[in-house]
Amino acid sequence: MSVVARRESDVWARYSHWVNKHRRWVFAAPAMIFIALLLIFPLVWTLYLSLTNSRGSVRAPFDFVGLSNYADVLTDTERFWPAVGRTAYFTGGALLFEVVLGIAIALLLWKPFRGERWVRVAILLPLVATPVAVGMMWRLIFEPNIGFANELLSWVGIPAQPWLSSPDTALSTLIFVDVWQWTPMVTLIVLAGLTALPEEPDEAARVDGANWWQRLWYVTLPLLAPTIVAAVILRGIDALKTFDILYATKGKGGGSFHEVETLNIYAYGLSFDYNRYGQASTVLILFFMMIIGLIWIMSLRRKALNK
Amino acid sequence: MKHRTVLRTSTVAAVAALTAASLVACSGGTGDGGGESDVLRITLANHVWTDIMKEKLSEFEEETGLTVELTQLGEDQLSDQYNVKLNAGTDEIDVMMYRPLQEGKLFAQNGYLADLTANVEDAGDWDWSDFQSGPVEATTYDGTVVGVPLITESEVLYYRTDLLEAAGLEVPQTLDELEAAAKAISEANPGVAGFVARTGRSAAVTQFSSYLFSFGGDFLDGTESAIDTSAALEAYEYYGGLLNAYGPENVSTDMSWPEAAAIFAQGQAAFYTDASSLYQNLALEENSTVYDKLGYAPFPEGPAGSKPYSIPSWALGINATSPNQENAWKFIEWATSFDSVLAVQEQGVPGARTSVWDDPAGTASFPPALAEAIAINAENGVGYDRPLVVNVAEAREIVGEPIVVGITGGDVEDAVEQAQEKFTAFLEDENQ
Repeated sequence: MSVVARRESDVWARYSHWVNKHRRWVFAAPAMIFIALLLIFPLVWTLYLSLTNSRGSVRAPFDFVGLSNYADVLTDTERFWPAVGRTAYFTGGALLFEVVLGIAIALLLWKPFRGERWVRVAILLPLVATPVAVGMMWRLIFEPNIGFANELLSWVGIPAQPWLSSPDTALSTLIFVDVWQWTPMVTLIVLAGLTALPEEPDEAARVDGANWWQRLWYVTLPLLAPTIVAAVILRGIDALKTFDILYATKGKGGGSFHEVETLNIYAYGLSFDYNRYGQASTVLILFFMMIIGLIWIMSLRRKALNK
Repeated sequence: MKHRTVLRTSTVAAVAALTAASLVACSGGTGDGGGESDVLRITLANHVWTDIMKEKLSEFEEETGLTVELTQLGEDQLSDQYNVKLNAGTDEIDVMMYRPLQEGKLFAQNGYLADLTANVEDAGDWDWSDFQSGPVEATTYDGTVVGVPLITESEVLYYRTDLLEAAGLEVPQTLDELEAAAKAISEANPGVAGFVARTGRSAAVTQFSSYLFSFGGDFLDGTESAIDTSAALEAYEYYGGLLNAYGPENVSTDMSWPEAAAIFAQGQAAFYTDASSLYQNLALEENSTVYDKLGYAPFPEGPAGSKPYSIPSWALGINATSPNQENAWKFIEWATSFDSVLAVQEQGVPGARTSVWDDPAGTASFPPALAEAIAINAENGVGYDRPLVVNVAEAREIVGEPIVVGITGGDVEDAVEQAQEKFTAFLEDENQ
């Protein structure tokens, strides 16, 4: 064996040893680089834009303005804070109804019964519909003059309601639409959790003479808690980011009085309608921070529950 | 825990790989990378004009040997698409259909639109001087031509001949008469609104402009806001008040033209003012239950006379970064030639060529009363229908606020004061 060959095989051996030792990182590296490009770069770029007065065109020259966008946005009581309020109201309202209803429906579907397959399919239907199409459909149903909803009310003698067209009721109506569409997702997750539960605790409680309510409240729900938290986190993030049904029903700016303008709709309007990229980025960064904060709090709760 | 991390990483990797694949797919398909290509990419709006031109595209392809790739989008999606793609400096759009009054200033200022001055001047027989002067003004920026006007419109009064006859009224010639007629008809016909028009904060601004001009007001006085003049206040009070008092029963403040036109077409309103270009939504049997009871009139006179907007609603421009400038111009030249404009106008879409309007064939397809109303409007018309600023979308939301306050029966004077304050700040910011 020549010296060169030995040296080559030596290098190869060292290299393969190094790869073996760090295989967890080396094999994951392509994916990680990709993640960096796809997630971190846009985030950093948005952060950078939020510190500038970029507007009109992304390619137009802009100046670095430090934190002045943040000062403007955080003191804006006309559009920004109401949008934060609406986002919280929409997310909270939708989440509350979806979780309670979702758990109730999952409990109904838990025990086998006749025709359960059909019921399951029917319940899951809204989930597979395209949100924009759902928005359009409900917009027609809630049309104040020719819509089906008011027609239905008139049969039972209730006066016509404005639904989506009044600033007072638009956001609540949209919570209803969101609940209609997304409750099945919570049902699915909770049902998966229910079917995986051990039967023994329930049986033991039954032997001890606990009634149905007590067994649900003291046995089933505590055991389900981690699953429910997971459902809340998943649905909560989605509800926070809701854009499609709001935009499909009320259009740009969330209606004439900005009645359904959540943070997402506001940021979209700032960049696509107003071409104020600096401010739009600021709103998005603040929104992002809120979401991260919420997830962090939720996962702390979840860890506590898992213990 | 370890195996879970690995699992998660591999899932992420799979998703990333899929994303990458789709990105590659998206960026493929460009011609020969720089230089003229045989494939011409045009982006057009959803419009009757586009539907008619699609039928004729093969003629252009045969004539020139080019292949046309057409992207067709709704109005809002179109501006979003332009915003994203042109911002990124795309060379994937050659010809673009745009709204000179909405985006013209912004696009020209950003350098998105190619300078067509030499093209239009050297086009000989195509005859640039044949285009109406108002529209040409709207597609010219700082003395350079950046677009060719495609479709023109003005605000007309649509009315129900049967209801007017039953009430024993003449066609309203003034805004006072319009209000009186709307009142009389709505009182005599329960369930029928006396008047309907756009109610959306931003959508209504363009239709409100004719009322504003006819009351003697304007959006701007030079570079200053003029929306707090007494004339403007009267116009706001009139438009909002008319809809509040005689509009549809459950009037929403979200209506753009499709919703407003639908109410009229379903026989639920006596008067409706909107763009002349929408008449087919009301006049064709398949769209409308009142097609045979439909009347047209020029815009009624206000204290300052009848001053409707008369504008180019759409134009064709060329993307400044397109490598396909010459072929793109060939398309515009063909699409705006006398023959093309005549063919489109014969199907009821009003164009911007004087000679086509002068040709009897050019107006043959229009209902005679509508053609007359359009001609009268063109004489009295104002060449814009929204504040002429760079950021039109934001300005429309500001000046539109008193309209919706009036429709919902709120304090218009107070709303105008607030809008004046906001608009002044907006203009100061823009004219820095």
